[in-house]
Amino acid sequence: MTKPLPERLMLLVGIVFAVLGSLLPFIWFVLTSLKSQIQVEAIPPTWWPDGSLEFYYSALFDHELFNYIWNSVIVASATTIIALVIATPAAYALARIRLAGKVWVLGGLLCVAMFPQIVIAGPVWQILERIGGLNTHWGLVLPYVTLTLPLAVWILATFFKELPVELEEAAQIDGCTTWQALYKVMLPLAAPGIFTAAILTFIYAWNEFFFALLILTDPAKQTLPVGIALFQGEFTMPWGEIAAASVLATLPLILLVLLFQRGIISGLSSGAVKG
Amino acid sequence: MVFPALAVVGIFSLYPAMDSFLLSLHRIYLGLPSLGEPFIGLGNYVQLFQDPVAHQAFIVTLGFVILSTTFELLLGIGIALVIHEHFKGRGWVRAAVLIPWAIPTVVASQMWRFMLNDQYGLVNLMLFGDQVEAYVPWLADPWMAFGAIVLADVWKTSSFAGLLVLAGLQVIPDDVYDAARIDGATAWQRFRHITFPLLKPALLTALLFRTIDAFRVFDLVFVMTQGGPGDATQVIQFYGYKTLFTEGRVGYGTSISVTVFVAILILSLFYVRTVGSKLLEQERA
Repeated sequence: MTKPLPERLMLLVGIVFAVLGSLLPFIWFVLTSLKSQIQVEAIPPTWWPDGSLEFYYSALFDHELFNYIWNSVIVASATTIIALVIATPAAYALARIRLAGKVWVLGGLLCVAMFPQIVIAGPVWQILERIGGLNTHWGLVLPYVTLTLPLAVWILATFFKELPVELEEAAQIDGCTTWQALYKVMLPLAAPGIFTAAILTFIYAWNEFFFALLILTDPAKQTLPVGIALFQGEFTMPWGEIAAASVLATLPLILLVLLFQRGIISGLSSGAVKG
Repeated sequence: MVFPALAVVGIFSLYPAMDSFLLSLHRIYLGLPSLGEPFIGLGNYVQLFQDPVAHQAFIVTLGFVILSTTFELLLGIGIALVIHEHFKGRGWVRAAVLIPWAIPTVVASQMWRFMLNDQYGLVNLMLFGDQVEAYVPWLADPWMAFGAIVLADVWKTSSFAGLLVLAGLQVIPDDVYDAARIDGATAWQRFRHITFPLLKPALLTALLFRTIDAFRVFDLVFVMTQGGPGDATQVIQFYGYKTLFTEGRVGYGTSISVTVFVAILILSLFYVRTVGSKLLEQERA
């Protein structure tokens, strides 16, 4: 059914507002990152940059941004892999097997996802101090895995639930154990769900700031968010470098969003609404 | 199969939460180990209820939660209605709307701090153009700084609220609308009498998710204002962080965090009861 003109106009206005509102502030930051020092300090500010890459050079080499990027890559990848290896069987069991108290487990996981970070921060810090995990990447990965598990389990459990049970029953009749049914039959089918959970876990770990700030005090170990938050110039705020570092920290995420927009949207809403 | 997941969550979430509760019953100053760690019962909580800085932090947090979730839900509904329509290039629009959600909060905070900069900021440029003398140092004013963290949070998370609402919209069958259209209902009537009532569960979900998350706001405040000017933007999680990790008042700091936790727990229980009961029904069916 074609819609009347005023409704189409309203939609157009809505689209323009949504896109501009979402992108304009970030575009301004991108433009800033491409300016020269003189342009950044111009009052009133100018819109168009002269395309200088000096801030990128300075952020990468003078402020050792490579180091922060590398730390973030390690921490986010390790978190994603470990969280999924633990979450997948748990989600499968919760979705399929009749377990006593499984509603409590799911509800409990949801509650854990709601914890304010600070309520576990102190004791987690103490545990890590005791086992030598402060200022190490694995020391940060441990709490990250805990914090991302609930969401990963929820997304995966929702996904497993939608796969036909008959397939596993057939596999089990053919002599597969539960584990074999999971790994040989269900995993390949659940690949899109696992992939979605992986992307969301990765983005969480890439962006997390609070625990990274507490656990990593050694600049050589710090992740991108900590680096960007604590960016200091000698005399003034180095806005150009901050903008350049921010753009570099955000690029991989923009790429993920552009490529996997569909999966991200269904993953984020599945845990919440389909319940 | 569930055990590894439960073990990890138990060691790094449940145990620390309970340990926090125990710590909050003691007087502990990291800087003064000679005082020992005497058990003082609910002493820290008594002190907390009389602490004017804590009161202020609770009020700031509450104001932040109410304002930001309200705007996020309203904008979220708008965003959801737009990206639910069928039009050419919808995938691109959806991706564009997702970008604020994907950007690290720390980056978004630095970005808004720069946007609101008194000399180089885009907001002043757009409002006052060349009239440099009219430029406003937004983050130096208590009320404006509070507005700024609300604005940054709304920008960052409205799209997430929008996605939850979108999931609700997608369950509403199209033919209901077509029928209403044939009966001559206007766009507003259709929204008011079909969309809105059917959307209530999704709106509730979005509301609770956002409320709980807004209670925990930290990154924005840390980067944009450090709680200032004065204590104007000192939210409770930032106050807790300062007492715990900068001042080393472990007992008192954890009593703050436990209080936040209890507030959020009550909200989550409410959430699990409303949304989780659907799951229960599904299990029994």
